[in-house]
Amino acid sequence: MSFTIARTVDEALAALTAGATPIAGGTDLVVGARHGKAALPANLVAIDRLDELKAVVETKEGVSIGALVSHHAIETHPLLASAYCALADGSALVGSPATRHVGTLGGNIMNASPAMDTGAPLTVMGAEVELRSTRGNRRMPIEQLWTGPGRTSAEPGELCVAIHLPKPGPKANSAYVRLEYRRAMEIAVVGAAAFVALADDGTIAALRVGLTAVAPTILTCNLVEQIGRPVAAAAEHAAQMAMEQCTPISDVRASVGYRRHTVGVMARRAVEAAARRAAGEKIAIPVNRAVGIGAAS
Amino acid sequence: MSTSERIAFTLKVNGTDYPVDVEQGRNLLSVIRSEIGLTGTKEGCDDCECGACMVLLDGQPVNSCSYLAVQAQGRAITTVEGVIDGDEMHPLQRNILEEGGVQCGFCTPGMILSAHALLARNSSPSEEEVRIGLSGNLCRCTGYAKIVAAVQRTATELHA
Repeated sequence: MSFTIARTVDEALAALTAGATPIAGGTDLVVGARHGKAALPANLVAIDRLDELKAVVETKEGVSIGALVSHHAIETHPLLASAYCALADGSALVGSPATRHVGTLGGNIMNASPAMDTGAPLTVMGAEVELRSTRGNRRMPIEQLWTGPGRTSAEPGELCVAIHLPKPGPKANSAYVRLEYRRAMEIAVVGAAAFVALADDGTIAALRVGLTAVAPTILTCNLVEQIGRPVAAAAEHAAQMAMEQCTPISDVRASVGYRRHTVGVMARRAVEAAARRAAGEKIAIPVNRAVGIGAAS
Repeated sequence: MSTSERIAFTLKVNGTDYPVDVEQGRNLLSVIRSEIGLTGTKEGCDDCECGACMVLLDGQPVNSCSYLAVQAQGRAITTVEGVIDGDEMHPLQRNILEEGGVQCGFCTPGMILSAHALLARNSSPSEEEVRIGLSGNLCRCTGYAKIVAAVQRTATELHA
């Protein structure tokens, strides 16, 4: 049994190689242990003080987000909240202000819940995840990270260090909406993210849709056949596709039938909101309120 | 989880260093209440839902029921006992009383700390921003309106 506080990434990697489990904000690990989902690991290495993993860096290709960037930092980051809106929408919906201050992007994706609010935003925007171990670094499309509920393709000793997003390009943006029963401390009943690029005539130039909490992992579709079609028709198509492709479960939050129906509604609203943003309209983060989800206070 | 193995470290709470010797899996809430003896911080749901256990960690709100005590070492922890200024109530405390935002009082310490953190990052929040700032804190008595009014009144006072 051990607890160490890593001061550098190399210290953290050494601890992981020795068998320790990383803990950042602990919002999944500690709560999960109390629920009996999984016992708190005997050997922990705290990675929350690794400042080198807390930066958001704009690059030639797009933006690199350190694994320890908090949801609060994401939802309030000027670049992320304007050009990478779906991610900011997702982070702004996580838990409460307390959850968003200690909860990190890396923790959210490595916990690999099918209901994670940042997963669909990341897949539709073409994210890559960067893992590091004492053997070196590797990068892969983020869809390849998740192998099932709570399971990832990360190998023992590997630490998520960054998430990389490409530039959206001209007349392109994104949105994430989720169905929720209350406005805080909620987990997605279902959710949908959309990335939309518009042609000069306002038709679809690119459309990707990601679905939350309706399959063992985030479900993502690249709807290339919608290129050249009007936004309204593409949104309707996305709704139909979402309902056909999803494989939801019934649980305490919703039944299969309810999830199947509502994920279509979420997909349509996500495409419409992303298209409005792509056309230059500013819609507040999180977009949920603007698309009519959740009663006004 | 084996909770038998103990670990000794220091927690800085409201500016005072407290040496503690507790099980590795102990949450910050139980250490603040039972080892350090500051009982203003409340245990409500013990499940990261209600916010009664809210403390500030380096100024940011944290649910202490779901945060390992050992992970808080080296950080500045603020509890409701720490927002008071000498014998003077903090304006948030005074205004929550004056606006009638306290009935049973169980949620009040957590509300005050969430509001404290909110005002530190946004000195003149709108009503919607106050409601978002307090969205991790449940109150089953007041209906929130008076608590929100107290936070907005405090913001106005601190600006004057």
